Amino acid sequence: MSNPQPQHTNRQYEEELRGLRTRLLKMGGMVERQIGDAVDSLVSRSSDEAREVIARDAEVNRMDIDIDAMCIRLLALRQPAAGDLRFITTGLKINYDLERIGDLAVNICERALELNEEPILKRYIDIPRMASIAESMVKDSLDAFLRGDCDLAQQVMDRDDEVDQLNGQIFRELLSYMAEDPHAISRGARILFVSKNLERIADHASNVAEMVVFMVKGKTIRHMDKSKQ
Amino acid sequence: MADKMTVRGVSAWFGTLRALKEIDLGIAECQITAIIGPSGCGKSTLVRCLNRMHEVLPGTKVEGEVVLDGENIYGVGVDPVGIRRRVGMVFQRPTPFPTMSIEDNVAAGLKLNGVAANRAQRSRMVERSLRQAALWDEVKDSLDQPGISLSGGQQQRLCIARALAVKPEVLLLDEPCSALDPISSARIEELLLELRESYTIVIVTHNMQQAARASDYTAFLYNGELIEFGDTNQIFTNPTRRETEDYITGRFG
Repeated sequence: MSNPQPQHTNRQYEEELRGLRTRLLKMGGMVERQIGDAVDSLVSRSSDEAREVIARDAEVNRMDIDIDAMCIRLLALRQPAAGDLRFITTGLKINYDLERIGDLAVNICERALELNEEPILKRYIDIPRMASIAESMVKDSLDAFLRGDCDLAQQVMDRDDEVDQLNGQIFRELLSYMAEDPHAISRGARILFVSKNLERIADHASNVAEMVVFMVKGKTIRHMDKSKQ
Repeated sequence: MADKMTVRGVSAWFGTLRALKEIDLGIAECQITAIIGPSGCGKSTLVRCLNRMHEVLPGTKVEGEVVLDGENIYGVGVDPVGIRRRVGMVFQRPTPFPTMSIEDNVAAGLKLNGVAANRAQRSRMVERSLRQAALWDEVKDSLDQPGISLSGGQQQRLCIARALAVKPEVLLLDEPCSALDPISSARIEELLLELRESYTIVIVTHNMQQAARASDYTAFLYNGELIEFGDTNQIFTNPTRRETEDYITGRFG
């Protein structure tokens, strides 16, 4: 946060909070890489890379369980209040979103493995664009979390619209391919899944950003009309 | 909720040491107000100003007003004993009268306040108070036993019964659970939530979780000043003042 808090009287507690933060950031870095590599395995038609991403998900899952345990331990043993309470509960929720992002990266790889078996339907242009926005949203939402930066969190939420638009555009484009040629349907449908997965990743990044606002201001902005945020 | 008591510009001294600085605070009727803060911040002094107990110590002084139902308890001609009857108090350590039986302990307040009661009235009042203090079922068969034969938690509930016997309107509790085990503390907390139906309660506590669980409003005092006052939920999830945040999260910078 911009104005760092004084340290806890209890140093062990301080260490545990710091440990949780570090762990969450590490997990964030890991799922960012998973998104990038998943899309790369699709674009570069590398099934080996896709299989690597799928294998690495086990590590993401392990971190998910670790972080959950850390949060539960902190809640049970420290009875946190105020900012610490909001930080830990935010940690629990962010952890869930990051784990889901990891799963979505795996889904993308599974579609890539299938698509790589067939001739290319079209060159991927909007998918990598969408992936790079979604990936940057994940990165920025975690930076916002690290710095307690609500402005950056807001920017993340705003970028979600771009991803939604690209998703719509990809849908329309693939629809015309599939309408023209029934042989394109199975590949088109798989690419649609990839697009949907990226759109979901961006949604999870937005969730993280919303939680950052809660953590910093104690204000819930979830499920609110965007204009009211 | 209307305020039962209003503290206006109250300062208090021990000799030359100023323990409270211009405190303004409203105490809502039939609600529980918790006062928290580090040792020596003036919590006990503040509650002791609410029933004119501060002035009983030599060299002390109080300035400002404490209004109880529209009347300044520090006004000219106000009888402090009458105020203490309306605003009862329970202390940190259980303080049953050591030579008295359980029954006599409860009835002691009546005697001290010159309330005449015959045997039947007295028994009814003792039972009512012990029931209110959630102690009746445990002691109904041993009312003639000495008060100090009870466990610490029971003794504290006995003191609460004694305070309730004179039918006060406000009950002040100065760290009532600090000498009790967690189960006894939990019983007192539950009792307070029941008593809230009919009494205005002010509790001083060092136990932050207790304040969070058992109060409707929380006041945070630091160095004799009221730093923040508000809804307990808000104070513990999203305090406005940095000092409050640092205190309740266990940081002191």
